[in-house]
Amino acid sequence: MEAEQSLLERCDLWACIQCGKCTGGCPMSFKTELNIRRLIYQALLDGGVNADGMDELWDCTACGTCVLRCPKEVGPSDLIVALRTTLVDGGVIPPTIRDALTSVFRHGNPSLMPPDERADWAEALGVKDISEGADVLYFVGCIPSYDDRAQKVAKSLVKVLQKADVDFGILGVEEKCCCNEVRLVGEEGLFGYMVEEQRELFESKGVQHIITTSPHCFNTFKNEYEGLNLKVQHYTEFVAELIEQGKLTFTGELNQVITYHDPCFLGKQNGVFDEPRDIIKSIPGVEFREMDRIRDRSLCCEGGGGRMWWEGTNPEEQLATARFEEVLSVGADVMAVACPFCLLTFELAAKAGGYDEKVQVLDIMELVARAI
Amino acid sequence: MGATLVIGAGIAGMQAALDIADAGFKVYLVERDPSIGGRMAQLDETFPTLDCSSCILTPKMVSVGGHPNIELLTYSEVVQLEGDVGDFRVKVRRRPRYIDADKCTACGICAENCRLKGRIDSEFNVGMGKRSAAYVPFPQAVPLKYTIDSERCLMVQRGKCGESPPCRNACPAGAVDFDQQEEIVDLQVDSVIVATGFDPFDPHLKPEYGYGLYDNVITGLQFERLSSASGPTYGEIKLNDREINDVVFIQCVGSRDRNLGNVYCSRVCCMYTAKQAHLVREKLPDARVTVFYMDIRAFGKGFEEFYDRVREERVQYRRGNPAEIHRRGDRLVVRAEDTLLGQPVEVEADLVVLAIGLVPRADTQALAELLGLSSCEDGFFQEAHPKFRPTETDVSGVFLAGCCQGPKDIPDAVAQGKAAAASAIVIMSRSGSALTPGEE
Repeated sequence: MEAEQSLLERCDLWACIQCGKCTGGCPMSFKTELNIRRLIYQALLDGGVNADGMDELWDCTACGTCVLRCPKEVGPSDLIVALRTTLVDGGVIPPTIRDALTSVFRHGNPSLMPPDERADWAEALGVKDISEGADVLYFVGCIPSYDDRAQKVAKSLVKVLQKADVDFGILGVEEKCCCNEVRLVGEEGLFGYMVEEQRELFESKGVQHIITTSPHCFNTFKNEYEGLNLKVQHYTEFVAELIEQGKLTFTGELNQVITYHDPCFLGKQNGVFDEPRDIIKSIPGVEFREMDRIRDRSLCCEGGGGRMWWEGTNPEEQLATARFEEVLSVGADVMAVACPFCLLTFELAAKAGGYDEKVQVLDIMELVARAI
Repeated sequence: MGATLVIGAGIAGMQAALDIADAGFKVYLVERDPSIGGRMAQLDETFPTLDCSSCILTPKMVSVGGHPNIELLTYSEVVQLEGDVGDFRVKVRRRPRYIDADKCTACGICAENCRLKGRIDSEFNVGMGKRSAAYVPFPQAVPLKYTIDSERCLMVQRGKCGESPPCRNACPAGAVDFDQQEEIVDLQVDSVIVATGFDPFDPHLKPEYGYGLYDNVITGLQFERLSSASGPTYGEIKLNDREINDVVFIQCVGSRDRNLGNVYCSRVCCMYTAKQAHLVREKLPDARVTVFYMDIRAFGKGFEEFYDRVREERVQYRRGNPAEIHRRGDRLVVRAEDTLLGQPVEVEADLVVLAIGLVPRADTQALAELLGLSSCEDGFFQEAHPKFRPTETDVSGVFLAGCCQGPKDIPDAVAQGKAAAASAIVIMSRSGSALTPGEE
């Protein structure tokens, strides 16, 4: 009972006025059973929630809309994470999520990939190891390290950084998962352990400034790593600065109509809305067009909060479909993204929905790399 | 004879000024805008009685303007206050109107001939109508004198407007005078009443509702102008020739919101929304009218009865605080959870009205410093005691009236204006027969 009481207080649920703004904004509530407002009410009535068998808890993408919208600063998604923690502790979790967590613990990545192949993508690119000393640590992240498609983003960013003469290095095979999603699926213990390890690693390498490929790594280093006193930037922030300072100039042009999809962990959760757009608009030849649901009202790609490891209770109905319809409605050839999760989920959805013939999904760095 | 300075000529300040003046004391009524009247002048009908706002306000404004004991200082600001109760010395800055008020007959020919005619957003119509740089804010303005907006006027800004300023050339009374200078007026008063009102909440701060992005998402104050016979559509509920079949009202925009630091309830939005829903029903009998609310606060005299009436006029109240608005085709989609159904819903709309709350004026802090007042946590001026001294401040002889002390409706603002007037009269009645220490 005492532990449950602290759940209500820890998530500040007593402040809730049941206005429903969380559920009204939740992208999952429209397609699954997940109703966070009702969960809060249940928790308040019963002193806690018995989450056993509540599959919809795993639908949450941790997009942060409920937190952003809540007028009482309740932080509804904290409750979801807390309930997931009880399920993780009880061992009742979707097998694919369990496998991902085990893999993070054993291999430092969620995809059962060999740690010693983590830096293979960078071979022959002339990227130095951070141990040699560098101004900036480029934290690549798991997907861009191992996934064929996402590696192109990492390679593009390297090309851009080299073009701009940035003194940067990578952790190579020593890099491990940032654990943003590990925390969000409720594996607090593993998260705490990994934070400790990474912090020590960064310290031992003398890292002062990190840039990340993924908004998820960016978010967790910036907001969730206690005691990490480093400058943390998403690459869009860093590259926008390079362009603004005249350190990165374009030599080519892209004659394409491009629109931009805001990643939740970059936009809604960290307020980085302008830099990605500034970069796209600075590419010569580009015609930039905005969609309707952007910035604070952006749609979620459904890749966050552990959903890269689990398809959810309603995989048939995808938010990506609505997204592509919007891309087409503004007449864009390219939907630019700035997140490896968005990149992979949208590409998959594009192929499944037949949108891949009309719309290309490309990371902003791929666009930039083509024009320098 | 005793004198009181009243700062702000909205309904609270005007009422205070009238009561004091009627009691035989002198009032200096300072108003920053070119006309007195305040926010109430912008409203269409008032809840719950449905009186026409300007019909009941205009006679009061005329009384204020013509009262022998009231000296109006419009287009003016208090810039300094020194001294103590019974002997406050005040400096008031009078901004130049660039129009000689004694000569101006309010014929409007200057505005007709202004080169910026139709190019400046009308503050009175909350951006839904245009004006010239030479203007009166609204037809019932007191004083009914034109003003040249120094921030927009080309002549004032650049020292040049064509060959020579057409307003000056056209004015038959020769009233346009670009040589007018700012003036500092010194006053000596026994007491001060602060009645500076509120700012409407800026809904840009709730980007999820797309205000400023969608032209058919408007504020409650804009709705008042749309619905008003003197407004930009002469009272018709229409926007850019769009046919309006579905109207959605959203309550509590900018109120009860910890994210914004506006934790308080704004007290008027439930009822003004109920009234606006009624007006829509009256003007668009076949429209579907939906009000999204969190709680309905119909606590005043006749309020619950009015809320009953509005629902029976087929206004659909749905419990839920909408999360966002986006576009579908040429219509808006309001996304919310209907918390009574426990289901997320999408409601299509042609017009969305945001029931924006009341916030402290942006210059509250500056004025607090000028007058030595303190503000509450919510940013409004702090009264001396929340129960027994609701219109007094910690500064002896300085009183509060109206929304500068906290959100309130018209009857409460009027009551507070009258209470502050009574307090000021007490002081002035005693002055001359020295204040007994400890008695005050």
